[in-house]
Amino acid sequence: MKTKLLMGNEAIGLGAIRAGVNVVCGYPGTPSTEVLETIAKYRGNDIYVEWSVNEKVALEVAAGAAYAGARTLVTMKQVGLNVASDPLMSLIYIGIKGGMVVLVADDPGPISSQTEQDTRHFARYAHLPVFDPSTPEEAYTMIGEAFALSEKYNTPVLFRPTTQVCHACASVETDDERYRNKIAGFIKDPKWVIFPRLSYQNHIKIDANEAKISQDFSVSPYNHISGQGPLGIVGCGVSFTYVTEALTTINTPVKVLKLATPHPFPDKLAITFLQGLEEVLVIEELDPVVEENLLRLCGKLSLAVRITGKLTKAMPVAGKYSYEIVAAAISKFLGQAQAALPKTVELPQLPLRPPVLCAGCPHRASFYSVKQALKKTGQKAVFTGDIGCYTLGNAQPLDMVDTCLCMGAGITIAQGLQLAEPDRKQIAFIGDSTFFHTGIPGIINAVYNETDITVIILDNSTTAMTGHQPHPGTGKTMMGNISEKISIENVLKGCGVPFVAKANPLNLAQAVETVIAAVNHQGVSVVIFEAPCIAIVKPNAFQEIKESCIGCKKCIKEIGCPAMSAVDDKVTINPHLCYGCQLCGQICPVQAIGGLN
Amino acid sequence: MRIDCLLAGVGGQGTVLASKIIAQTAISNQCFARTSETIGMAQRGGCVVSHVRIGDQNCSPAIPIGMADLIIGFEPAEALRNIGFLKSDGQLLVNINPIIPVTSSLGGSSYQAADMIDYLQSTRRQAVFVDGQKLCAAAGTAKVLNVIMLGVAIKQQLLPFSREEVLTTITENLPAKFLELNRKALEIGYNFQQYV
Repeated sequence: MKTKLLMGNEAIGLGAIRAGVNVVCGYPGTPSTEVLETIAKYRGNDIYVEWSVNEKVALEVAAGAAYAGARTLVTMKQVGLNVASDPLMSLIYIGIKGGMVVLVADDPGPISSQTEQDTRHFARYAHLPVFDPSTPEEAYTMIGEAFALSEKYNTPVLFRPTTQVCHACASVETDDERYRNKIAGFIKDPKWVIFPRLSYQNHIKIDANEAKISQDFSVSPYNHISGQGPLGIVGCGVSFTYVTEALTTINTPVKVLKLATPHPFPDKLAITFLQGLEEVLVIEELDPVVEENLLRLCGKLSLAVRITGKLTKAMPVAGKYSYEIVAAAISKFLGQAQAALPKTVELPQLPLRPPVLCAGCPHRASFYSVKQALKKTGQKAVFTGDIGCYTLGNAQPLDMVDTCLCMGAGITIAQGLQLAEPDRKQIAFIGDSTFFHTGIPGIINAVYNETDITVIILDNSTTAMTGHQPHPGTGKTMMGNISEKISIENVLKGCGVPFVAKANPLNLAQAVETVIAAVNHQGVSVVIFEAPCIAIVKPNAFQEIKESCIGCKKCIKEIGCPAMSAVDDKVTINPHLCYGCQLCGQICPVQAIGGLN
Repeated sequence: MRIDCLLAGVGGQGTVLASKIIAQTAISNQCFARTSETIGMAQRGGCVVSHVRIGDQNCSPAIPIGMADLIIGFEPAEALRNIGFLKSDGQLLVNINPIIPVTSSLGGSSYQAADMIDYLQSTRRQAVFVDGQKLCAAAGTAKVLNVIMLGVAIKQQLLPFSREEVLTTITENLPAKFLELNRKALEIGYNFQQYV
């Protein structure tokens, strides 16, 4: 036994190794990414780990391995589950042999996601068991339970931590126990081929299994009842920790149900909890999943218990919870005077610090050159964006992202806009990793349907936003091997794109010229801007403002680089932040910016 | 030992690593530790807040408002932005060198460093101010601001650890190639004399 500070995602990764996982696939996505990275780091010689091109592919690769008896883990963020839902919905009917855990990290807030979707809801819709850990230390052992349950019922199991579990750290006791899973191999059987009749039969089995799993969950050590009295509080997932902390300052007796398995709902345990209660407050982030289940039980058993939570507006319907929100709701629920909030005092004016592209980020140069190109040709355009660091190109002064929806949608939304407004230029931005994820079908669709759009591929040789994971274009794998790099240019040519050009965005004149040629091309045109993310290369000599600066601040106003600041009319460059990309020097009208040797 | 410590800074300043060093040192002293971060979408340059909660397993991941025993501010505006977390008798350690966001230069919101530091000083709590840039210059790199701040915090008894305990955490958990640099940074912080 050792106690160490572990991030929730590290605890889950180590817990999966302990549980004998054989194959791990995933696609990076905050807040899930570090689970797979942890396993890659400590995998030894007998665990296979890959970043797959997208979540659907990851889930299918894992399913194949699980058919043969391997214990598999698939990792993704909640919106990744939307991509993977096609194989997952069918896989539930087919089932698996080796334990298969699908880790989907939810992001209440949201902190860095498009949606506040609730994977517990998905679990109910898809008839999948789901675990919802409340802390990193709990997640470490719970992932092993998930594998065991998966094998017991031959079903994939969802494991759904939230941001405050994934990215929180805690003292975690780890041990050297390790389950050794023997892979029996694939056995030919009609059960692996989905047909309507089989699905009908298996639907009945799934329903029967859900009832059994509900019974199992009612006696799970991760769910428990404590306290007593006519009032009850339920805490699910990380929300339970807010409940626990809030109750340390309250003396009123109250019955508490801790829930870690929201589906199949542990009816038996919940009924024990409800008996003798007058009123219940449900504390759960995102959707009212537990609340609705309690209402169902009250209806079914004609229990006169008032259930409150999101549906009664006792709790906020959106956003992440906090101690403050939960403590205030509990005080009100228990009829206690709320502790006065500390007086808000007037603070001196605080500067805004919105997220921006890093100093030296080549995306800044890419956006700027497209902006300049369109200015030169005098054309009006819509700029469709996509998911990645470059979504930050929406900020002033660049202001170059007009739409952003989901992975790969920039290219396809541009096609729709072009149909509706044929006289306007449609320019789509997409990153290299996103291109491989879901960008390629959109390119093929555009070529096949003879649309007229320009696609700008921002190839920075990494998956930057999630912390620099390799992808097919980098030629590196999570097994440490060097594989053949997949050339974006060759993919485009293979898809029949008639105009493909490459340019270095940091060479402004050349970049602008290339964009003009692409935009003027009738049909699908693509510019690949190649320049590595600053986080994976060494900086150049930092830049300095010379005496000859006339204080026009054009550099700051045009590109908004965070290394530059101006007090009155004096512009300075912070040498600790400057990466020497030299974009500012190419904008200065009096050549007053240069590098130091 | 029961301490809630909040670290606030700007992405790239090493705030998160400092919080992990504090938490791991507490664990080495047989205390339970829990930490969490609020980090925006930016890779660098955004606000970063780390919560370190020592000594009680029954706590949520983030420090409640008005409950922090200590705030370590790596940057004056970020220290001030989070001042509401500090207990009325909590302590403050602040690096006085501002990182002016580009939005201020674009005319979005001005950065009044002197007003902020005056305000922090006027809150009548125990407050220690350091010129981080100057101390980093002595170490030869701005990258060790986090370890320097820890050195100051230990010497000023804002954190209940010894220099040796923190050095052990650094030795056991950080890359060996930076050990000498970190050791030097810890010394520089530890030997810092507070301005009168």
